[in-house]
Amino acid sequence: MGEKLKRRTKRESLLLNMGPSHPAMHGTIRIMLELDGERVLNSEVEIGYLHRGFEKTCENKTYLQVLPYTDRLNYVSPLINNTGYVMTVEKMLGLEIPERAQYIRTIMCEISRICDHLTCLAAMAMETGAFTVFLYMIKAREFLWDVVEQTTGARMTTSYIRIGGVKSDFPKNYKELIKKAVDETRKVLKDCHGLLTKNKIFLNRTKGVAVVSKEDAISYGFTGPCLRATGVYYDVRKAHPYLIYDQLDFEIPLGENGDNYDRYYVRMLEMEQSLRIIEQAVEKMPRGAIEVENIGEILEPYQAIKSARNKKPSQKIKLSPNLEGTEKEKYPHILTSDKRYIIPPKEDTYTTITGLISHFKFFMKGHGIHPPKGEAYFSVEGANGELGFYIVSDGTDKPYRLHLRAPCFHIMSALEKMIQGGYVADIIPTFGSINMIGGELDR
Amino acid sequence: MKADFITTKLDYVLGWARKFSLFQYPFVTACCGMEYMSAACAHFDIDRFGAGLTRFSPRQADLLLVVGTVTQKLAPVLRKIYDQMTEPKWVIAVGACAVSGGIYNNYAVVQGIDKIIPVDVYIPGCPPRPEAILDALIKLQKKIQNQPQAWKWREKLKK
Amino acid sequence: MEGKAKEMKQSSAVKLLKEKFPADILEYSTPFGDETLLIRKENIIKILKFLKETPELEYSLLLDITCVDYIGQEPRFELIYHVYSFRLNHRLRIKTKISEKNPFIESSTCLWKNANWLEREVFDMFGIKFKNHPDLRRILMYDEFEGHPLRKDYPLKKRQPRLPGAE
Repeated sequence: MGEKLKRRTKRESLLLNMGPSHPAMHGTIRIMLELDGERVLNSEVEIGYLHRGFEKTCENKTYLQVLPYTDRLNYVSPLINNTGYVMTVEKMLGLEIPERAQYIRTIMCEISRICDHLTCLAAMAMETGAFTVFLYMIKAREFLWDVVEQTTGARMTTSYIRIGGVKSDFPKNYKELIKKAVDETRKVLKDCHGLLTKNKIFLNRTKGVAVVSKEDAISYGFTGPCLRATGVYYDVRKAHPYLIYDQLDFEIPLGENGDNYDRYYVRMLEMEQSLRIIEQAVEKMPRGAIEVENIGEILEPYQAIKSARNKKPSQKIKLSPNLEGTEKEKYPHILTSDKRYIIPPKEDTYTTITGLISHFKFFMKGHGIHPPKGEAYFSVEGANGELGFYIVSDGTDKPYRLHLRAPCFHIMSALEKMIQGGYVADIIPTFGSINMIGGELDR
Repeated sequence: MKADFITTKLDYVLGWARKFSLFQYPFVTACCGMEYMSAACAHFDIDRFGAGLTRFSPRQADLLLVVGTVTQKLAPVLRKIYDQMTEPKWVIAVGACAVSGGIYNNYAVVQGIDKIIPVDVYIPGCPPRPEAILDALIKLQKKIQNQPQAWKWREKLKK
Repeated sequence: MEGKAKEMKQSSAVKLLKEKFPADILEYSTPFGDETLLIRKENIIKILKFLKETPELEYSLLLDITCVDYIGQEPRFELIYHVYSFRLNHRLRIKTKISEKNPFIESSTCLWKNANWLEREVFDMFGIKFKNHPDLRRILMYDEFEGHPLRKDYPLKKRQPRLPGAE
């Protein structure tokens, strides 16, 4: 019966459009599918719906003004983008960063990485139907964002990591705060392992789906968790160590098959390693100004300005809370000592002539940071892979060309091949495990 | 006279029903989406205001939340989605990029979605805190309560 | 910085390239510690193939293809390839110069698969055409857009709205 019908009917494939606005909460991307029933024969991916002109905008802004734009690239782990950009500029300037600032940067980067993996796996789990995992992971992310907010002032787009160091030191109770965040994240990870890792439904949906071989992965330019899921040992933190990663003890988890399940499992293990890094860094951190007892007289601002008319005030000045972090005694620990490239502390700016002049020269048009002529490329290990910045400088205060090596651009170029031959329903966990971030993909 | 009293009371009831059962369509593009996710989850619950169910189809939704930057490439898509929604419908622009283009003023970004579609509530911030999104929802609910609910037979009576 | 460049050891890749293709290498420099080679554009595919397939070198990961617009200079564009080798744990930068009157160059999609999308982006943003590319069209901008945005003579705020009124 079926054979007769098949011979007589004409079979055509169906063109389906998974348009720019679709329920998978990842960003705007358009996948056009050619279907035969439920199977995908061919597909075409169209990107560029979030192209915001980042590279052209940066050619018209000074090096400090570019910093908030880098936050909004990979918006789930903004501090890693900040670090990448700032370290490229510091490579060109040849700056030395104090050790405490490097430890703070490392802790912030690892917190960002955990937030990124949590968001990626939460969205992926929600789309396969596990809504509880989504709620648990976003709850853990809130605790980590509490730490970020108490340190930097903002939950997400912080612009915290500056050229020369960081903007402000940790708050006084940072050890308890970080310990609480780490404990809550560990609890959530244990719960989610129990819910997903051996779950028959989740395994059926992700194991053996969208397999990428080692050679294919390298040919497509994969880096990061997607490459490590295929079994290739490449992590920028181990291959070209930056900050203080060579002094810390952590492992790089590897997968075997390169399917969706491996990409999920590699991210879960990486989160555990990041928590280890944070704990070690908090223990090993060198002493800073906040650990010193505050003694002596503290002047009110109007008293300080008054006494500055005669001579520079030697006592400490009581600054308003939102000027926290620009207090002078913290500066040697969190910012470099080279005065040409940092904003002077507020006490100096408001009470001394030299401070005022350096503040003026830093921000005035035409002055500011002038890296020497040349080009530099520096990469950090982003949550998706190798995040590289390529800056060409022509000696002025604005970059001549700034290019971003976006890790998910290369991974997305392989999406057409990954979904070919599978079902339509397999596209969703595949797309979720890739962790595409629109801001980074389209710049 | 009596007809007016009844229609006012019915207006009130209809406004009450509409404002506490909003079906939202989150049109998420960029960074503000992270704060929208936080607002929708357990910590800052949007479900307690009745707007918890997200319906990803324009035909079934009545609140369009434009979250994030809208580029020139995406503008016709947004217009199409707004046109496909059925009356009554409201629009909230979340974040500085949706309100006015944000920090991006270049060849690729639409300087505010009110150049394409009419907007009811604007939320500034880059990104706005989840509490700001909840505050905007409460303001929209007040607006829904106070706006005249369109009745077909009222138009007929006037004629 | 200059003294450091002289002391830096040349990597094995650079030495092998200088032996095999002496006429094609125009310049070797190490700005800020990164090894950079400026190469004639006619033999770019042969050199990249040599880097990828020689067993001692094996530069199998193409990190990036990008372009810089030096307006006023002739040739105007400079195309930059970043490649990485797992075996040597070394990154190398290869540059070629392309002029505005003849913006054509061979495509490297035969060597690496991600060159497909990377070259489409360079075409979209700068207007450089790649010969033998399977599918050269715009990727980040929409099809009706005229011009190439990242060129220095394209003004930043010049909008070409897709919907009337969406300025």
